[in-house]
Formats: sequence, C-alpha cells, structure tokens
Amino acid sequence: MSILVIAEHDNAHLKGATLNTIAAAQKIGGDIHVLVAGAGMQAVAQQAAQAAGVAKVLVADAPALADSLAENVAAQVLALAQNYSHILFAATAGGKNVAPRVAAKLDVAQVSDIIAVESADTFARPIYAGNAIATVQSADAIKVITVRTTGFDPVAATGGQAGIESVDAVADSGLSSFISRELAQNDRPELAGAGKVVSGGRGLGSAENFKLLEPLADKLGAAIGASRAAVDAGYAPNDWQVGQTGKIVAPQLYVAVGISGAIQHLAGMKDSKVIVAINKDAEAPIFGVADYGLVADLFQAVPELAAAL
Amino acid sequence: MKVLVPVKRVVDFNVKVRVKSDQSGVDIANVKMSMNPFDEIAVEEATRLKENSVATEVIAISCGAQQCQETLRTAMAIGADRAMLVQTDAELQPLAVAKLLKAVVDKEQPQLVILGKQAIDDDANQTGQMLAALLDWPQATYASKVEVAGDTVKVTREVDGGLEVLSLKLPAIITTDLRLNEPRYVTLPNIMKAKKKTLDVVTPEELGVDVAPRLKTLKVSEPPARSAGIVVPDVATLVDKLKNEAKVI
Repeated sequence: MSILVIAEHDNAHLKGATLNTIAAAQKIGGDIHVLVAGAGMQAVAQQAAQAAGVAKVLVADAPALADSLAENVAAQVLALAQNYSHILFAATAGGKNVAPRVAAKLDVAQVSDIIAVESADTFARPIYAGNAIATVQSADAIKVITVRTTGFDPVAATGGQAGIESVDAVADSGLSSFISRELAQNDRPELAGAGKVVSGGRGLGSAENFKLLEPLADKLGAAIGASRAAVDAGYAPNDWQVGQTGKIVAPQLYVAVGISGAIQHLAGMKDSKVIVAINKDAEAPIFGVADYGLVADLFQAVPELAAAL
Repeated sequence: MKVLVPVKRVVDFNVKVRVKSDQSGVDIANVKMSMNPFDEIAVEEATRLKENSVATEVIAISCGAQQCQETLRTAMAIGADRAMLVQTDAELQPLAVAKLLKAVVDKEQPQLVILGKQAIDDDANQTGQMLAALLDWPQATYASKVEVAGDTVKVTREVDGGLEVLSLKLPAIITTDLRLNEPRYVTLPNIMKAKKKTLDVVTPEELGVDVAPRLKTLKVSEPPARSAGIVVPDVATLVDKLKNEAKVI
C-alpha cells in the first residue's frame, strides 16, 4: 500500500501544512510518496525529501503547473493515481480546490477535512461547523482525502533522506489561466500554523482600533486573526478570518478580543489548548468555551495586558 | 447566456444541532431549515448577472426531499426564472449530487454554473469541483468577484494569504465565497410572484444517475466538551494564570 501526499508550496518553500498531511499518512501506514508539482521548485523537492517519513519525492516541473491551477494539478495527480491506495491533500484553499476534482475523475467519494485516522479506510471528520464528529468508512479502491492540519502534529522537517525522481509533467489544459495574485504582506507567523493567536471582533470598532492588537501579538509572538464580523466591517483582511468558512486554528493560546463567539467562529478555534476571552458582555457565548474570561473594556484591558507581558 | 444555480436546503445557520443519543446522526426533526448561505450568494450573483444583461435566464436546481421546493421558491423570489427539483429521499453525497447536476447541465446547456463553496451541514466543499471535473470544465472556487467578458470569465478568488485572479473559458463552474455579494432580502410581492414560476420535478432514475452513497457513516458523536473555565477579576490575575497555571506564556 502506497500513499501519495500532494505537497503544498509556493515554488520556493514547502508549506508547513504538508508536514501535517504526511503525519496523517503515517497514521494510515504504508510507503509515503510526496508529489511536488510546480515550476522551477527544486528547492521545494529538497525540503520534501528531508521531511521525516517520506520514502520518495516525485517532481513534476512545468510552466503549466506554476500557478497551481486546479485543472492542471488534478491532471498531474490523476496521471499517477493508479499506483496509490490513498491520495492526501492538506485541507487548505489549495488542497480543497483540487482534491474533489481528482476524486470525481476517479469516480470515488472524497473525504473532507479528516481530524483522525481510525484505520486505513475509516476516518473522523467534523460536520455542522464542528458541532458533531462523523466517523466515515470508504469502500473505494483509491481514497482521496483532505487533512485538517490542526488534527495532526507535523512530522519533523529534517532528518529524512528520500530520493527525488522526476515524473512527466502534464500539458496545460488550456481551460483556465492565471492573471495575478495579491498576497498580504505579513511579518507575523502564519495564522493556520501559529502557536499563539490574538483575534479581534466587531468590538474593536474600526480598522484603526484593530491595530490595538498588534503590541499584544508582538509581545506574544502571535498571529492576528479576526471574526467574520470584523472582516465584513473592513477592520481586517479576509484571510485573517477564523471560523467555519475561514481558517481553522488550534494554537496553544487563543486570545479572543471583542468577539461574541458565534457558532461559526467557535468552529474555527475551539480546539485551541487555552482560550482567553476579553469581552465587556458577561453573557457573550465566547465565555462558554474560554478557559480564562475577563469581563472588561478591551480598550483598557488589551494595552494593560500587553504592558504586563 | 443561461446560468444554473444549485441550492441546498440545510439546517439554519443559527441552529446549534444536537447529536442523537444512538449516534446515528444529528437530530434535525423540527429544526428550522433554510437555504445554505453560500447558495443564497450564488443566486444573488446569478440574478445580478441577469440584471446586468449578461445572463438571459437563471435556473435554480435542488436535489433532495420534496421540502426542497421551499428552497427553490426562495431562489425564485430572489430572482431565478424557473426551478427544478431532483426529488429523492435517498441520502445524497457530493459525488451523487455532482452527477445529478451533470445530467441537468447536459440537458439545459448553461454557460455558467454558480454554486456555494460549501454546505454548512456536511462542510464537504466538493460538489462544484466534482461537477467541473465530470464536465471537463474549468473551475474557480471561493469567488469574491466575477466579471464575464465575451467567452471568458474573470474571477477573483479568496486564497490562503490573499487574493488571486484567474481567467476561465466558458462554459465554467464558479463557487461563491462570503464576500462575493450581499444577498437581497426577498420581498412579499416577489414571494407571491415566485409561486407562479415553473418548478419541474424529476427523479434520479429519470436522469439515469445512481445516487447510492459511497461513504458509510459508522457513527456521529459529540465533539469532546471543554472543561468549564473561570472568570478572572483583572489583567494581573489573567497574566498570573497564563504563566503559572496554563503555562502558555
């Protein structure tokens, strides 16, 4: 039994989510091969080869794969699929975009966002915004799966010595083309993989006030997140959104500031180890999941907390 | 151009569901049901394309039990011209829905299919991508902006870390993200008008699609509960607890 893990990368760096996905593959058991599809990304292949537990790295290098277009990446995976019993993607925007396309072409079900491996064909996954956990069994010959990265501790990024092999790259589908990308510049840790997260909600009141979280995040070495209300109001960019429809995080420490705690937000952070809530409304649902709650005006409490650290 | 908009009837997003004690599923008897929020955004976008004379006809489609007709009436009250229900009481998984939708696309020949990015009940985030695969059409998931120009569509997508812009050849599949638009409220006159619009009912058998589930749900359980927390009186106590009790800073 061999498992194919699709590497997540930006043609220069292997993304951390890949290491969590390899960890899930180890739980399934079998030879783990990593596919690095992109353009001019030899460095990424080297990084993948060093990840613990990887037996082989397959490299598909072609201009058509440079921008991770779903049509081309799916075709690349399908060209290799028949050699594998499991095909795993990280449940990131990239993985979720491609995995169902691969599954449908193979005429198999896809298992989304698994948080645990029960056996080689049985997996646990959250449904209804994390309010229930479904245990599902797949009878398909090839299991196509996306892995919730916060459900699995990453394997070590170094220490592995896998061989690197080139595979034939697929031709461009011609169906879609890449125009541009606008990535937010951010010196802080990546939200999805951060050990600490400070999140703001509507209670901050403005984009200007959102900056109040920065000294606290800097002191903690934390990433900054936001509730949907804060994103919709324009206080924070979209990709900071934590929740059912945004990022799922499970840091050591999650500080929720001015966030009421709607079901959809809790879905994205309630697996955090320690949750701190700062809110002036003592009845806010966020206090139902917080380990430590502080009923206070955030405009006083947040600077005071930053100063005390 | 014709636009097809698949919509799903789901438990209302404000309802906190309960797991059944026999672990066979979640209890959705007597729970408020609504249109999946992402599908509302899809119907709104299709309606706007029609208002801007890009689309000529908007067809809403739903797959599931007879009650999905209510969801389709809502879609028509927002602006869909007609609707189709693929009626079945069978459990439908994303692959089956994608196959049903493919059969309808083959018949109706739309240039664009706009779906929600995920349904808030199964949280699968698969159907649009699967439909694109079955049709061999290009896809743009998580759309926050859609611009049709001639035989292509330019789509801005929400990705990890920011935004990206793709150009797709029509016909194409788009799935909506939250920021694509703000769905309009349905007005009473429009609800009344929607009652007069056409709603066709077909069955999976008539479409020649096998909808048997591929994944077996062995059990549905409660997520692990968090132990009750405490309320601290001031910042100093909070810092002390985080340092000495939780040991996270």
